[in-house]
This record gives sequence, structure tokens and C-alpha cells, in this order.
Amino acid sequence: MLQAAAFYIFSAIAVFSALMVVFAKNPVRAVLFLILAFFSAAGLFILLGAEFLAMILVIVYVGAVAVLFLFVVMMLDIDFAELKAGFAENAIVGGAVASVLALVLVLSGFIWVDANSAQANLAAPTPEGVSNVAALGALIYDRYVLFFQLAGLVLLVAMIGAIVLTLRHRDGVKRQDMHKQVNRKREDSVEIVDVEPGEGIG
Amino acid sequence: MDALLLEYLPILIFLGIATVLGLAFMVAAFVLAPSDPDPEKVSTYECGFNAFDDARLKFDVRFYLVAILFIIFDLEVAFLFPWIFPIFEGNIFAFWSMAVFLAVLTVGFLYEWRKGALDWE
Repeated sequence: MLQAAAFYIFSAIAVFSALMVVFAKNPVRAVLFLILAFFSAAGLFILLGAEFLAMILVIVYVGAVAVLFLFVVMMLDIDFAELKAGFAENAIVGGAVASVLALVLVLSGFIWVDANSAQANLAAPTPEGVSNVAALGALIYDRYVLFFQLAGLVLLVAMIGAIVLTLRHRDGVKRQDMHKQVNRKREDSVEIVDVEPGEGIG
Repeated sequence: MDALLLEYLPILIFLGIATVLGLAFMVAAFVLAPSDPDPEKVSTYECGFNAFDDARLKFDVRFYLVAILFIIFDLEVAFLFPWIFPIFEGNIFAFWSMAVFLAVLTVGFLYEWRKGALDWE
């Protein structure tokens, strides 16, 4: 009873906020609705018994990804009037593309058939007496090791890609070089000169 | 399943109270507070001056780079949590599987360090 009520409330909030992400005029509000959608999805995950995924959703998506979006949207130099300027002349082409996509969605909704084995693979419940995280841990690193390593490679590519795309060293910036500092010799920089009185250094 | 969900009942109640309380304050402020706006009251206020320019500025992409690198390592750490269970069961394969994963990301970390992506000029 309570479970069903919670499910309907979380689903309603998730669908509503997902729609608001698209329809909100102000992009900052759109991102805030995105965060709300993530939260409700986390609630739905808990109702399914997937505690770990719910916590990861809150920590990674809400804590990091959505905040990054918000940060970018708030700081970017966007002119909204300019963004909306091309709406009228592109409306026909955009509407055509949107209706084709909607048609595909509706058609695939009608001709959807489950494969014979789908029900067996669907929502394999957590074994009795095993916590959610333990059940995940038993599978990820062992049975699905290939996907796990591929995830690591994807992260590596993302890391290197971000650095290659955005890192620019400016000229004329004085940086600290520990190695150079420590290896500096006294002879390189100081010289003792025996100066005769009244002559100066020639 | 129900026992699991019962553990989350306090959080659900807390969420409900927080929502009701937040809405109550907003509605109370909307209903009770006197509202008599004029153009000067609702205009942007910046230390007594009119606002000089828009708050949206071009900013250094370096902030974004730091945030992306943070997210990547955040995900890496997320993978470490379920790893505890096979390790306590003495699963050697799972141990080395994680070792390879961490080694791959350490390559990225060294690249990042050597490139100076962690330094602020």
C-alpha cells in the first residue's frame, strides 16, 4: 500500500520534472528539474531494492554531474534572444524530424514483443540473505570482468579527452619547478669577485 | 523486500515532512507577506548602483576541466565499494581485476599529472 503510493508519487515527480527539463524556459530551472528527476529515480531504485544504484545515482549524478551542468549553464555566456531567433524558419524542418521520431516511437510501442527468454533475464532478484552491494560485487569483478575493464578504458578516454580538448598552457606564467629549484647549484648563481678599492667591477 | 523497504521508511517520512514544511513556508510567505512591488524594488540591486552587466561571463575552461576530472575519479571510487565483498571472500581474480582497472586509470592520472592539468598557473 505505502509501497504503491511511494511508487506513484516518485514516478509522477520523475515524469513531471523530466517534462519540465524540456519545457522550462530558463536553462537553470531545467537543470534543477533534472536534479529532481534524478532524485525521484533514486527513490524508484530503492523501491526496486537496488539500494547501491540509488546511492550512486545521488552521489555521482546529483552530486557531481548535475552540479557540473548547473555550473556550466549558469556561467556560460548565452544570449536567449539569439537562441530563439531561428525558431520560426527552422520550425518546419524541426517539426518534420520530431514527427518522424514520434512515429517511430509509437510504431515500436505497438509492435513490441518480448523475446522468449526475456522474462527469465528480467529483474533477477537479489538472492535471499545477500545485500544488494554484495550481490553486485559478486558479479561485476568476476563474471562481467570485460565490461568492468571497458568501463575503466572509457574513463581513461574521457580523462585524456578532457585534457587534450581543454588544457592550454599560457605563455609568460611563472611556475614553480621543484626539480629545478632543488638542483640549483651555488656556483650557477653567486660569484665572489675580489674588488680593488676605488675601481669597481670592470 | 518489505523488510528492506521498512528500513527506508524514516527517510520517506523525513522527505514528506521536508516537502510539506518547505511548501508551507513558501505558501505562507506568498499569502501573508505584504506585496507592493514597484520598478525600483524589483530591479536588480548591486551595492546601490544599477547592475553594471550580466552575471553570465566567459570563464576559464580550467574550472570545467577540474570538475570533469573530479567526476571521473568519483566514478572510479564508486567502483571500489562493491569490491569489498569479493575481497573478503578471498576472490583472487576479483582482486587482480580491480588492480588492472586501477592501473589503467593510474596511467590516465600520470598523464594528467605530467601534462600539468592539476597545476593552477
